[in-house]
Amino acid sequence: MPQYLALTYTADVNWWEPEQASELAVYRQFAVDNADSIQASALLHPTSTATVVRVEGARGGNVVTTDGPYAETKEALTGYYLIEAEDLEEAVAISAQIPAAWGGAVEVRPVIVAK
Amino acid sequence: MGAEPDTVSDTAHDTVAETVRVEGTRILATLIRTVGDVQIAEDAVQEATLAALGAWPVTGVPPQPRAWLTVTARRKAIDIIRRERARPGKEQDGLRMIELARSDLPPDDVVHDDLLRLIFTCCHPALSPPTRVALALRTLCGLSPAQIAAQLLTTEAATTKRLTRARQKIAAARIPYRVPAQEELPDRLPAVCGVIHSMYTAGHAPIDGGAAFDVDACAEAVRLAELLHDLLPEQPMPTAVLALLLLTEARRSARLDEHGEVVTLDRQDRRRWDAAASTRGIALLNDSLRRSYGQADAYQLQAAVAAEHARAASYEETDWTEILRLYDLLVSIAPSPAAGLGRVVAAAEAADSATGLAMLAELPQSPRWHAVRAELLAREGRYAEAARELAESLGGPATQPERQHRERRREAFLQASAPTASDQRKS
Repeated sequence: MPQYLALTYTADVNWWEPEQASELAVYRQFAVDNADSIQASALLHPTSTATVVRVEGARGGNVVTTDGPYAETKEALTGYYLIEAEDLEEAVAISAQIPAAWGGAVEVRPVIVAK
Repeated sequence: MGAEPDTVSDTAHDTVAETVRVEGTRILATLIRTVGDVQIAEDAVQEATLAALGAWPVTGVPPQPRAWLTVTARRKAIDIIRRERARPGKEQDGLRMIELARSDLPPDDVVHDDLLRLIFTCCHPALSPPTRVALALRTLCGLSPAQIAAQLLTTEAATTKRLTRARQKIAAARIPYRVPAQEELPDRLPAVCGVIHSMYTAGHAPIDGGAAFDVDACAEAVRLAELLHDLLPEQPMPTAVLALLLLTEARRSARLDEHGEVVTLDRQDRRRWDAAASTRGIALLNDSLRRSYGQADAYQLQAAVAAEHARAASYEETDWTEILRLYDLLVSIAPSPAAGLGRVVAAAEAADSATGLAMLAELPQSPRWHAVRAELLAREGRYAEAARELAESLGGPATQPERQHRERRREAFLQASAPTASDQRKS
């Protein structure tokens, strides 16, 4: 069955903050409701914990790390779901149930299937 | 086309080209479902089309052109799939090859559904609106990327890129080739109707360019509107779109005089309007309104405005109060710059130019906004200001005939303002 990666873009939140608890419960409910379709998922720590890695020049060059996210934007990547769906319409129907879809946006990308 | 076109064979070529193009859409619709790939199906139909365009002018159109094209396109598809299969990682199931090897034609009800599948796929909400229009012109109207680029005022390279990306997305993201269920239609039809309407608008009122309108582009949009209405005769929205297009088309030939100069609505020779198209448009509008239980959509309201003009024997006899009421509704459900300007004109006619000017002040400025303001100022005798507004308007994009029309109006307003200027000097 085709797979889609649903990337959630929302306010750059810390999921462990007490005020996120009710929101988190909605995400959990989404995961329970769609357990058959969800192959993998993750919630991410806020972008303040991110490290950007670059290697100078070519492979084997100096490893340069930068503190913080790759891009400063209003909506940050806060998690993902790897979902199985028959086609884009089914993938969209599932993704529309992720709270990020109304609190921000969900980007649905088809996954390349290994030959 | 050669330097010295042979008119006889050109006509024959046109007939063949038209047959091929109309039949091509039907064949493509079924082939996409059979092959399961837009690109392969399009290439196969393209190759069959070229074969027909090469053979038919010599052999004559075969007695059953549809059968000829269908079988040829299937054979071409088999060839393409075999070539693809030769590439590593492309194992194809035998089932579709069996389907393609058939020599009978799909029954009409199957083609009916396939055409709907094609329409709804091209106009899928997961594709951007400009991509939907480009894809519809390519797959539903059979236009070349160069022809599409000319209609959409872009380059051939950009159009080709847009189409390639669209086909890739349809394949990779698996946009389904499916007719939406009856209950999904209200959600999905606006995108389809939007594509047809913007195709028509691009032809009927281009933003720029040498011609006041593009007859071919208008004809393509009407053809598609006819097809969609034919496929879904009970749906009010496609019926309203067809009504709107027919009512607008009915007046098109009167928009230019014999010298190619713009003739505004108040000066148009209404005998040149196509009465048959208007009558049909009004009947379709009434049918559409009946089916939507009084809940008018934007197409019905625009068609109703056009119907009011069609009914009026002269500009003076136009029911501007009713037109203003329709525009009020249109602006409340589907606000747009064009609807806003239409409402201003209706208000100026129904009440007075001062009312129109006051309403205009609330709207965003554009070349057309300045042109409307110029006409309203001129009615108040404020010719110098009117001429300035037209100069503003000419700073933006407009078609060549429209530009010339505004230049002439500006000249007239400048002349009319001259005595006023000398009066001011005296005082």
